Amino acid sequence: MKPAQNAATPLLFPRGPLPWLKPGLFLGSLIPVVSLAIGTARGTLGANAIAEGLNRLGLLALIFLVASLTCTPLKTITGAVWPIKVRKMLGLYAFFYAALHLLTYAGLDQGLDFKAIFSDIVKRPFILVGFSAFVLLIPLAVTSTAKMVKRLGFAWWKRLHRLAYVAATLGVVHFFLRVKKDVTEPTIYAGILGALLAIRIAAWGVERRARPA
Amino acid sequence: MARLPPEPPSGEITPEALYSRRREFLKNAALFAGTAAAAGAGLVALTGGGRSTPAKVAPEPLGTSAVPFPVASTPRIIKPSRFDTDEPPTSFEDVTHYNNFYELGLSKSDPAEYGALIRPRPWTIKITGEVKQELTLDLDTLLGWFPLEERIYRMRCVEAWSMVIPWLGFPLGDLLKRVEPTSRAKYVAFTTLQDPGQLPGQKHKVLDWPYVEGLRIDEATHPLALLAVGLYGKSLLGQNGAPIRLVTPWKYGFKGIKSIVAIRLTEARPKATWNESAPEEYGFFANVNPKVDHPRWSQASERRIGELRRRPTLPFNGYAEHVASLYTGMDLTENF
Repeated sequence: MKPAQNAATPLLFPRGPLPWLKPGLFLGSLIPVVSLAIGTARGTLGANAIAEGLNRLGLLALIFLVASLTCTPLKTITGAVWPIKVRKMLGLYAFFYAALHLLTYAGLDQGLDFKAIFSDIVKRPFILVGFSAFVLLIPLAVTSTAKMVKRLGFAWWKRLHRLAYVAATLGVVHFFLRVKKDVTEPTIYAGILGALLAIRIAAWGVERRARPA
Repeated sequence: MARLPPEPPSGEITPEALYSRRREFLKNAALFAGTAAAAGAGLVALTGGGRSTPAKVAPEPLGTSAVPFPVASTPRIIKPSRFDTDEPPTSFEDVTHYNNFYELGLSKSDPAEYGALIRPRPWTIKITGEVKQELTLDLDTLLGWFPLEERIYRMRCVEAWSMVIPWLGFPLGDLLKRVEPTSRAKYVAFTTLQDPGQLPGQKHKVLDWPYVEGLRIDEATHPLALLAVGLYGKSLLGQNGAPIRLVTPWKYGFKGIKSIVAIRLTEARPKATWNESAPEEYGFFANVNPKVDHPRWSQASERRIGELRRRPTLPFNGYAEHVASLYTGMDLTENF
């Protein structure tokens, strides 16, 4: 059967194949916020709810950043187009969770004590690295629209968005610095990130060789 | 002849095109819901949100638990103590469910989940080294030597959170006096039980097991230093270091070694696990000091568990009037 193309099909089912994918992912990506809200309301986040929320939001930002960086290599390998269709949304979710993470740190953890926050950022590599990762995500979020791609020109836009790899690397370093002793989880994310980068470099090499001299 | 029902108004008739897409619609709706549910569940699982909160435990009343605590009869408990804080104690629930005890797991909730693996009786403690006579003691014998005291102490974790805990125990100094240290005894070293069956975290070499800690002898004999065997009037649960642990409230919590099986008096400074593992982050003395930051976070303030706003951290965790004199002439930034 042909995909829905009638005006009667609402927003939920855009044209093209896999009309459920993007809205499904969009909704699913908000579930951790709901889970945190319920946990806060029911008091099930443990004795130190702020620390728990901070940990979860930070990890979510990293997961979405890595997921958004998976899209292009996934397309390279499988030829499927759908990862590219959700890439922007995943990237914006990374920014969304990173912003919530930072706001929780500044607002709830530090109680908007800007002196303490400033000295944290300048004195502590752990905080500085995390903060830098967030700052790098800002231009990427701002230039995520189709209009901005046009304005910058695709080549420049692409170059700019390679910063996502820098941000993700900083995010993983931030994670390594966070844990006291058990580095299993940060190591997993570092491994995934390394593999993604390797695929891109390999694909780039193949492309170059394929090009006529 | 039966009468036909009236035809529905034309506006209510489903257009044919739409009718034929019903299947497609349902399929897409199912896929949409499935994607959302899978993504949501995956994210919650990856970030630990799905972790079950351990069942609430009720404190065991004295003498009735599987743990014959501390001896057959209900002990006389001396209270109040001149060291008590009048700040409200942290809830029993939080004191027993937010713990750092890597031998029982790395998360804050793991110790509560696995605490019951520790078998608190029979329990023996070896006292060796620079003492008049080395001893191997049954814990219940030891508990018969001293009356129990309640001490309501602040507990400041090196991770910048704190609690107020009504401990039950006896001064470490009383025990040391009784075993008669020699003149060469300059330090006291403590060792946690080594048994991966009871302490499954020891199967993973996160730290160099068994956990060891140490105090200078003048610190160890200070009346604030407590060997705790209970809290909130009940015997210690596994997650809090059953059956016997150290409490030094002017130091960061990691100095309070749990589930102690050996006490050794030494001439040389003993090793301390976290200090060995990351000496630039965790000092041997580990006195609470708002002026000496941890490399990764400030120690100037702390979050009292159960409170939203941070509060300033006090030098020696507010016990400066009692213990500051122990460190006269010492550079506390150097010897953190």
